[in-house]
This record gives sequence, structure tokens and C-alpha cells, in this order.
Amino acid sequence: MVRVILPQHLRALSHTGSEVQLEIHGPVTQRSVLDALEAHYPMLRGAIRDHETLKRRAFLRYFACEEDLSHEPPDAPLPEAVASGKEPFIVIGAIAGG
Amino acid sequence: MSSVRVLVGTHKGAFILTSDGKRDKWEVSGPHFAGWEMYHLKGSPADPNRIYASQTSGWFGQIIQRSDDGVKTWVQPGTPPGEKPASGPPKAASNKFVYDSAAKPLTTHQWYDGTQHPWEFKRVWHLEPSLTDPNTVYAGVEDAAIFRSTDGGENWHELPGLRGHGTGPKWQPGAGGMCLHTIILDPSNPKRMWIAISAAGAFRSDDGGENWKPINRGLRSNYIPDPEAEIGHCVHHIAMHPKRPGVLFMQKHWDVMRSDDAGDNWKEVSGNLPTDFGFVIDVHAHEPETIYVVPIKSDGEHFPPDGKLRVFRSRTGGNEWEPLTKGLPQKDCYVNVLRDAMAVDSLDKCGIYFGTTGGQVYCSADAGDSWNAIVHDLPAVLSVEVQTLK
Repeated sequence: MVRVILPQHLRALSHTGSEVQLEIHGPVTQRSVLDALEAHYPMLRGAIRDHETLKRRAFLRYFACEEDLSHEPPDAPLPEAVASGKEPFIVIGAIAGG
Repeated sequence: MSSVRVLVGTHKGAFILTSDGKRDKWEVSGPHFAGWEMYHLKGSPADPNRIYASQTSGWFGQIIQRSDDGVKTWVQPGTPPGEKPASGPPKAASNKFVYDSAAKPLTTHQWYDGTQHPWEFKRVWHLEPSLTDPNTVYAGVEDAAIFRSTDGGENWHELPGLRGHGTGPKWQPGAGGMCLHTIILDPSNPKRMWIAISAAGAFRSDDGGENWKPINRGLRSNYIPDPEAEIGHCVHHIAMHPKRPGVLFMQKHWDVMRSDDAGDNWKEVSGNLPTDFGFVIDVHAHEPETIYVVPIKSDGEHFPPDGKLRVFRSRTGGNEWEPLTKGLPQKDCYVNVLRDAMAVDSLDKCGIYFGTTGGQVYCSADAGDSWNAIVHDLPAVLSVEVQTLK
């Protein structure tokens, strides 16, 4: 199972807890993880990636294994530790004050 | 006994204020959708338990929320919470606002520096439910366009004749963005509607939103190259009395205006206002010639003149204005009142409501003669609507 950690506002929107677990069939990539996330929680469609282009929203980042994976190609394999569920795939909002 | 429900959108959530018809004791619920910008909430005139809300965030984009039980519970239309995943593609489209580039090319509009810029959806500024069908609702969005849903907010489709009017390349964003912020439906003619855009101006459709024409004759804006141009005026808000839909009142960037022919021609009615800059304007529920504005010092200083928060009322449809100050702070007050943050109820006496960027929501239960703060310390108020419940 792939573990995904969402920012607080998206947890509230999707009525989930601090961590979501997803079963991914096939390669574990940003795209396959986010596709599965949106399939299970359709209210998140458009909130992480643009509806049409599927591009990451500008003020969100993807972290895993202490790395910023935001600029990795969406079909690049995620680290084995994410695929095995040892480490979570983290969606995080940019920090801004005010 | 009648009661009122005030729907308040703020920078950090929505709040619901309720009272009986006396409007002297209030219950406050919220924040709903804490931490999100709630640009606008509005109830359906056809079903007061049906309420639509625009929930938005620079991080997470646009969300549409709907209540079917008078704000006891909310759902994203099409995706009730807790529903098990279905096979096939995700069905949530309630936050999907895609410009109709098939019907009208997605052209460009003028950017701040004068160059052309592509249309990009950012958020829903205003939701206007149909006067007769609870499942039909219009959305005014940034970058400026109008969308309609006929299934309770589950799916949205642009009315592309407005954005594709042909003047789009001349539209430009105001300081707050290029937003379609006002939608008015004509109770006497279901085919007629008005919208306003900052900064393009006012438009009217006489065929249910298919075709639009600019209605800015008589507006004069010294901050654009041709002060009397057909397009480019920064209209802040328009109000109409439902029993007299041919008469419109406008708070423009500068100038308070009036039209007696459904917007074809405008004349200035700023009269003796201390400043004619401002954002809100509204009409008394029972007196179509009684109108309200909140003068703001200038476009560079978004606060009341002299630190005095004053609502100005005209009982003559403009030109002659009186300050209403009883209960409002008359020194050291430097809040703003944003364009969708004033509303009226339909009780007798008419109630007037407005919210400030300082987090106060004021109510007058006597048509403006005196005011009380329902709440003092909300986040900055973006919008105020009121429902009069029988």
C-alpha cells in the first residue's frame, strides 16, 4: 500500500485522517498515485492538479524520503521506499504568512 | 414569525448569523470551511434551504459547496462525503470551470502592462441562484466570464457569448483581478440579465445569456485613455429593485450612477456625497428610490473619509444624500466595505447589513437610522447576503 499524507485543508475536504493508504496497480509514479487518490476521493479533483492539464497547482509540492519530487516527471518511478509503503508520499502546501 | 439568516463570507471561513424578525439578538455559527476564502454565499429565492457557496484558495483552487437543509450540512455537489468510490472516471466536476473554447476562441485580454494575456480561471466571485429553479445557478468568475449550472452545481458550462463578445482583448484586470462580480436576474423577464466586470464595465443580455451588449454609455472614467469608451470602466457593483427592473444603480470606481432604461444610458447621481469612490450599493426593499452607499476616501486610500464609518442614504434615487452614523464608529475607523458586502432583508422595517474588512457585520433594523454590530471580530468580510425567512 502506498501511503499519502495530505495537508490539513485537503483532509477536511476529503473527510480523511492524517494518512491515506492506496493500492496502486502497476508502476508507482506521481501520476498513478494521484490518479488513485482522485479516484477514491473525487472531491480532490482540481485541488492538487489542474482539471484539464493535470499540472501540479503552483503552491503545492510533492515530498518523499526527504526529497522535493515536485519537478520530477509525473511518470517517473517514485522511490522504492514510497512504493513499498515504508515512506509516505507527502502533498504539502507552500508556506505563506498572513 | 419571520426571521433572518445572514450569510457572511470572509477571508478565513463562512459565518451564519441568525435572528428573529426583531433583529436585536443574534446567534452566530461558524467558521464553516475554516481557513478557506469564502468569496460568496447565496440562497435560492425558490428554496431558501438551498444555499450555494464559493470556497476558494490560492493553494487548492476552487470548490463549490451546497447546502440543501438551510446550512445544517454541506456537500460538494456530486460528491457527497463518505460515498464509496465508483468505477469509471471521477465524477466530481463541481469545481471544474473550463472556458468554452469550442464555442468561442479563448483569445486574450489586456494585462496590467498593456500586453495581451491568456484567459486563466482563478476563482468564483459571485453565485447567483435562479429566481425560480433551485437547481439553476450562475457563477461570475475571474478571469471574467459567466458560467451556469442547471443541476445544482454538479456541472458548469460557460455562457461564452459574453467572453467572446469581441471586446475581450480590451478588458483588463482591476487591482483585485479581472473579475465578474455582479449578476442580476430580471424578475419580470427571464431572458434578461445584467453582469458587471472590473475592469470592462456592465453588460446586458436580452436572450438568456446567449448574446451580450456593453451598456456603459454615460460612464466617464478619467483613468482610461478614452474616458467615455465603450469598454474599460471599473464598475464596482450594480443594484436593482426587483419591482422596478428597468432602474439600475451603480457604484463605479469613482461616481455613483443611475440608469432609467435598463442600462442603455447612465447619469451621475453622486450629488453631495463626501467622496463618490466606494464599492457597495443597494436598494431599500420597499422603497425603490431609497439607496445606500458607503463612501470610501479614494482608490489609493481604501477607508472611510476622516476615519468616520458612514452609510449614506438617498431617498430620492441619488443626488441628495444623508449620512447615517448612529451606532457606527465616528473616529479612528479605517476599514473597507467590499463590493458584495451589503445586503437588505425584506422585513418591515427594511433591514440593512454590511460587513467590513475589520471583521464587523453591522445591522440596521430601521432602514439605516441606527446600527448595531452583530459581530465585531470576524476575519475580513468578503460578502454579506441575507435571507428573509417566513
